[in-house]
Amino acid sequence: MPAYQFILNGQTVSVDAPSDLPLLWALRDLLGVTGPKYGCGVGVCGACTSHLEGDAFRPCIQPVSGVAGAHVTTIEGLAGDGLHPVQQAWIAEDVAQCGFCQPGQIMAAVALLRKNLDPTDADIDAAMSDNVCRCGTYVRIRAAIKRAARQLREAGTELR
Amino acid sequence: MTQRLQKISRRSFLEGLNLAVGGLALGLFSADALAAEPAARKGGKKSGSPAIADGTPGLTPNAFVHVAPDGRVSIVCHRSEMGQGIRSSLPVLIADELGADMAHVRILQADGDKVYGDQNTDGSSSVRGIYDDMRRAGATARTMLVAVAAKRWKVKPEDCEARNHAVFHRDGKRSLGFGELANEAAKLPVPDPKSVKLRPRTELKNVGGPLPLLDAPAYVNGSAVFGADVTLPGMLVAMIARPPVVGGRVVKFDATKALAVPGVKRVVELPAPQKPYIYQQWGGVAVLAENTWAAMKGRAALDITWEHGENASYDSKQYREALAASVRAPGTVARNVGDVDKALAGAARVVEAEYYIPHLPHSAMEPLVALARVDGDTCEVWAPTQNPQDAQEVAGGILKIPPEKVKVHVTFLGGAFGRKSKADFIAEAVWLAREAGAPVRVQWAREDDMRHDYYHSVSMQRLSAGLDADGKVVAWRHRTAFPPIASTFSPASRPSPRDLKQGVTDLALAVPNVRAETCEAPAHVRIGWLRSVYNIFHAFSVNSFMDELAHARGVDSRDLRLELLGPPRVVTLAELGVRELDNYGQSFEQHPIDTGRMRRVVERVTALSRWDSRKQDGRALGLAAHKSFLSYAAVVASVVKDAAGRLRVDEAWVVVDAGTVINPDRVRSQMEGAVIFGMSIALHGEISMKDGAVEQSNFRDFKLVRIHEAPRKIHVEIVESDGPPGGIGEPGVPPVAPAIANAVFALTGTRVRELPLSRTLPVV
Repeated sequence: MPAYQFILNGQTVSVDAPSDLPLLWALRDLLGVTGPKYGCGVGVCGACTSHLEGDAFRPCIQPVSGVAGAHVTTIEGLAGDGLHPVQQAWIAEDVAQCGFCQPGQIMAAVALLRKNLDPTDADIDAAMSDNVCRCGTYVRIRAAIKRAARQLREAGTELR
Repeated sequence: MTQRLQKISRRSFLEGLNLAVGGLALGLFSADALAAEPAARKGGKKSGSPAIADGTPGLTPNAFVHVAPDGRVSIVCHRSEMGQGIRSSLPVLIADELGADMAHVRILQADGDKVYGDQNTDGSSSVRGIYDDMRRAGATARTMLVAVAAKRWKVKPEDCEARNHAVFHRDGKRSLGFGELANEAAKLPVPDPKSVKLRPRTELKNVGGPLPLLDAPAYVNGSAVFGADVTLPGMLVAMIARPPVVGGRVVKFDATKALAVPGVKRVVELPAPQKPYIYQQWGGVAVLAENTWAAMKGRAALDITWEHGENASYDSKQYREALAASVRAPGTVARNVGDVDKALAGAARVVEAEYYIPHLPHSAMEPLVALARVDGDTCEVWAPTQNPQDAQEVAGGILKIPPEKVKVHVTFLGGAFGRKSKADFIAEAVWLAREAGAPVRVQWAREDDMRHDYYHSVSMQRLSAGLDADGKVVAWRHRTAFPPIASTFSPASRPSPRDLKQGVTDLALAVPNVRAETCEAPAHVRIGWLRSVYNIFHAFSVNSFMDELAHARGVDSRDLRLELLGPPRVVTLAELGVRELDNYGQSFEQHPIDTGRMRRVVERVTALSRWDSRKQDGRALGLAAHKSFLSYAAVVASVVKDAAGRLRVDEAWVVVDAGTVINPDRVRSQMEGAVIFGMSIALHGEISMKDGAVEQSNFRDFKLVRIHEAPRKIHVEIVESDGPPGGIGEPGVPPVAPAIANAVFALTGTRVRELPLSRTLPVV
């Protein structure tokens, strides 16, 4: 089996895998990175949402061969040992219910705020509608994104 | 791209919360917690709790509490966390009775063990059923700590008080920390929990206050361990091709191509289940592999010939017609007051309507998954289960070992909604682990989860009302047909009168002639309970019908509802016209059917939503109210039409009276979630059968409400109460769909009697 190298949460990793192996299973089964969740396997629920070169993507439909040499960030790598401002906002709003979809929701929200630090409800809906929450935390997700955006704006910080 | 913002440490951030968090709730589901099997099990004093190792120093007066000599308090949560926030509720109640400071409390998740009593996290029962028992667990430990302090000071225990993690003497000069008292307290005999004094409500420091979600940090940083996040050395991952039709079986299969997939280790046929299915495995063919992808590819490469069995012609379109025929004939009487037939025959006007809701799946975001290891005559299971004791029984039954030889570790549940109280997925893992001689994780694909569910019953309701010349309702007949959950456990083919307690026989109606009947509805799939269960269709039909009657009479829907409810009173079984009624397992003395409480939630929700201006500016409000699981909930939904003519729910109000609540924010979040859950039922929810098999497969063809459909605002008001607690996880759901349907009628004039609404009208 070929070996694929990529940069995962800032560290170079290598996996031996068939070229069609979805990155989700490389992360979960081969690398022990379990923050990205399996929810649908076909890219429609967003539970595995992570970042590829800073943009939100779905590891469950991304073959590992396609990320060779690229930067992949999962929820584990979002803020090192601390908490990202978006994670802090999530705690401040007590968003989570069962928590399962929340890593994916947070990764999608961070990707949104990198492009738009003052999102409207419509911007949030457009950016987040690929992420399903069965518990129904949507109203608080909107509130947490707005809270994070407000705090980032006030701090004059841009997310890159 | 890995640019970091200013680093805010977890600690400094959490100090800003209402509760400081010193290791609280963190790490207990982490990898090291799983590895931290009590090392001191052998020897030493026997612990009072299976969660605390024998020989551990300190006080363990019962299964729920441990006070260590260093002051650290451990509280065991014996119910499963599935999003309702139980780990942020029950342990707080125990800590409050104890007088512990939450900053020095850690929460342990219980394994399955009878010593905890009932652990089935179902029926919205985790607070309402055991509120006082949990308080006694904390109060017992407190009583013992106080006794030691009093003895040391040579004072009366009544002159001592436990608070802030210490015992204080009334003189205000002396105090001893819990840790300083723990070892000596452990030498005392444990008082009878019934004899210990509970604190007055005002002394429960955190109950009812602004409590945070204690597991929030683990949820947001990805460290919370769910079912599929546990791994054992040498573990195989199994994917199973299950019979597409319930009652079907494997005729033959060819595994050659599957075994050629790199990483596939074995292919195993599972035995076909026998009726009644209960929690048996589903049969089929399992592919065991080194990893999930290999198992998936191997399964796809299987060549299986199925025999579909007795349900091969099950067809949802035809079944709907059969249900309609069923409710158009008299059924088994479940409730009777006066003479409905005579009253209907003599009525000035009769209004009749039929309401249909299809099968629904649970569709938790975490598909089913279970890990099992079988070692000689012991077994260990890690699973997101609502009912670890049932899992012990099921695994023990398969392995022919006593249930207590099966250790069931409960992970976080990535949603459950009733599905994860069935142990079928655990049965599969246990069966395959024994067969493989290796630990096996059975992973269900999303398609498996959607196609092999214990479905919410498809249902038809027929309501008939007789109005006299003044428009007063003088007759009310409700016929209900749905395949009952009992069909999964026995040969039942129609609901029993007892099943109608969920919204039919317990419905307070100020109408002189009332009858309810259950009608034939045989099951062709496994039927199970889904969040709020039969209340879903009973609340939909009753609340829609009340709205229809109001329209027929030309009066306000709220006013008619209050008229049908009648004056504030406690409703007796005689008034309901039933000989017996199961009150969700609780006494009527503690939890009477109180129309005053129902009136209040209706009045509050209509006041908050400004019901008096319910139709203006292109939007309309709809109202529904329902009592279930001993709580009263009323919902108003606001529906608007967008530029493209599509309907959307833009705002919702919920008022709930659940008696005493421990964690108001978790109650609010449950109500917010109930609105979204109810919206999914109302707008999109449908599982349909063709040739015996489920037509939907994934979130592409089975839709759940997404963020762009969610209301801009969901307002929740909790009625202030110090009454006995009712349920919270389920009661918010039933009124949502009818509130939406009533709003749709008010806005468009179209009465939708069939869900999902998207079959009839365009929705966002």
